[in-house]
Amino acid sequence: MNSQQNPRLRRLANGLGWFSIGLGVTEIVAPGTLARFIGIRDRRRSRTTMRMYGLREVAAGVGILSRSRPAPWLWARVAGDALDLASLGKTLASGESNRVKAGLATAAVAGVTAADVLCARQMGCASNGSSTTVKDVQLMRTINIDRSPEEIYNYWRDLNNLPRFMKHLASVERTGQNQSHWVINAPGGKKIEWDAQIEEDEPNRRIAWRSWGGSDVDHSGSVQFERAPGGRGTFVRVNLSYTPPGGLIGSTLAKWFGQAPGLLVEENLRALKQVLETGEIARSDASIHSGMHSAQPSAQAATA
Amino acid sequence: MKANCWIGKKDVRVENVPDPKILNPRDAIVKITSTAICGSDLHLYNGYVPGMESGDVLGHEFMGEVVETGHGVNNLKKGDRVVVPFPIACGSCFSCKHELYSLCENSNPNAWMAEKLWGHSPAGLFGYSHLLGGYAGGQAEYARVPFADVGPIKVPEELADEQVLFLSDIFPTGYMGAEMCNIQPGDTIAVWGCGPVGQFAIKSAFLLGAERVIAIDRFPERLRMAREKAGAETLDYEAVDIRDALKEMTGGRGPDACIDAVGMESHAPGMTGVYDKVKQTVKLETDRPIALRQAIMSCRNGGTISVIGVYGGLIDKFPMGAVMNRSLTIRTGQAHVHRYLRPLLERIQKGEIDPSFVITHRMRLEDAPQGFAMFKDKQDECIKIVLKAAA
Repeated sequence: MNSQQNPRLRRLANGLGWFSIGLGVTEIVAPGTLARFIGIRDRRRSRTTMRMYGLREVAAGVGILSRSRPAPWLWARVAGDALDLASLGKTLASGESNRVKAGLATAAVAGVTAADVLCARQMGCASNGSSTTVKDVQLMRTINIDRSPEEIYNYWRDLNNLPRFMKHLASVERTGQNQSHWVINAPGGKKIEWDAQIEEDEPNRRIAWRSWGGSDVDHSGSVQFERAPGGRGTFVRVNLSYTPPGGLIGSTLAKWFGQAPGLLVEENLRALKQVLETGEIARSDASIHSGMHSAQPSAQAATA
Repeated sequence: MKANCWIGKKDVRVENVPDPKILNPRDAIVKITSTAICGSDLHLYNGYVPGMESGDVLGHEFMGEVVETGHGVNNLKKGDRVVVPFPIACGSCFSCKHELYSLCENSNPNAWMAEKLWGHSPAGLFGYSHLLGGYAGGQAEYARVPFADVGPIKVPEELADEQVLFLSDIFPTGYMGAEMCNIQPGDTIAVWGCGPVGQFAIKSAFLLGAERVIAIDRFPERLRMAREKAGAETLDYEAVDIRDALKEMTGGRGPDACIDAVGMESHAPGMTGVYDKVKQTVKLETDRPIALRQAIMSCRNGGTISVIGVYGGLIDKFPMGAVMNRSLTIRTGQAHVHRYLRPLLERIQKGEIDPSFVITHRMRLEDAPQGFAMFKDKQDECIKIVLKAAA
């Protein structure tokens, strides 16, 4: 999956793709100028060769940019680089060139070759990896709450308050200095449990935690409280990273997080805002009952 | 209790549903004495608003008697007679503090749905789709009113239901439409749509100092009401070319401000109307913006377009070039009803306006389905239907 690739790697690949297209177009449109620039004699035969090389570059570039798995096209670039180096080596040896310019060009191509090899290898690993191991899911959500960082921090730091605004959370119990035990209600009366450890606690600014021991849900997260500009309360920012588990827990979480990752976090933050700003959580009959609810007729009546 | 339920497109039925209960501390339960069918209910009826589910209780214009309050409601007590604003507002968020009550940040439990469609979520509304909270509406015997310490306004006994009922929506909506025009002495205001909201927009424009109001519709009874009850000059868009007529009436300059009190289901004679109807039917646009386009093209340079007709999604062929090059201002919004309740109640008490002039039909709640059909097809010169709870 494209989205699961390391973004830095993807940026490098894209850079190489655009470089490929740029160089290729130059080779096709202005082979003579380019030949003089890199210090080889401008002949009709070399122009034709250069145009062919240009087509190859453009094809590789388009391949890299348009594919979600660009590794094969990056390897194609490596093969092209080898051809370029061979051609440049030949001209250098023939003595029909400006040695300084052609030498610099050779060094430049060698550098690009190194980047191509590196990127192609890492892309290859990444795409192989994703088929065997599950990637961590990372989420970040922010909300503006019209209360001070101090007030929100203190509310959050009192673990008893958490089930109030975190959907599905049944209980959080303090089990040690910085440790707590979490239980959420899963469908079918099942429970999902984990232990968490607070790893950083900067009063009024930030809390970071991590699950530990035999946790059902392996995750880490943090919440930051930043004073909003203009005296407009606080930006509450939650970062969450977890490894999707399998089995019942996996399917439960998939159901809650699945279709729109982050929605549950978003809903929880909204509920926190509602509790702190209004003292209650907005509910309509429809939002707390699934299917027919107390403000709707029975299913029979509705279909009658 | 009995409630008027949306079953499907052009299908509403009065069904027996469970009575509402207090769910939150700041809730109240209101026993409804009078409720109404709104033009915007027709958008639901005709199936143009997304997020409706079979069985949803309709209605967002209602008033009645408080029969129960949550422990967080200190300003209301059993027996109080109240009018309930159609937007649900917490009174304490950023929007509410800025008196933008229909944009309350805390009252839509389904905010994420609205965010998908509109980028950000407005307030929850009574009986107006799950996108706006899935709150049961007021075409019923009882309604649960969240944030009852903020919304409902107590009304004096000497005023009849029919004089104050429309504080819930259409009077403040029309008033806000006129207020957004920033009316200056000597101004001419054009109003598209002479339904109840249009009538209140006309009246309000005069209350706010307009020199002339020109009202546009095609139904003779609505144009007559605009002339005789609201004091407007009128134009029938099926009889005259509106842009030419407005130019002619304003010495070529165009009205100083134009109010769109029509919204997403406007009509036009000829090809324009057909074009938009077809595009809307095949879902290439969700709303038919014929009146809005006309308002923009007619407005004077530097004038204001005030949109109070309801739109749901996307429109097509929007004349942005006219808006930009002619320095037009577009102002919009679901009415921030809470901010108008007290001042407009005062105007009613002083006798500056009697909102009951728009009522043409009175029915029992049980007859709501006939009411919808009649209102939709403008049968029997129907302009506004008030539904009375069973005695």
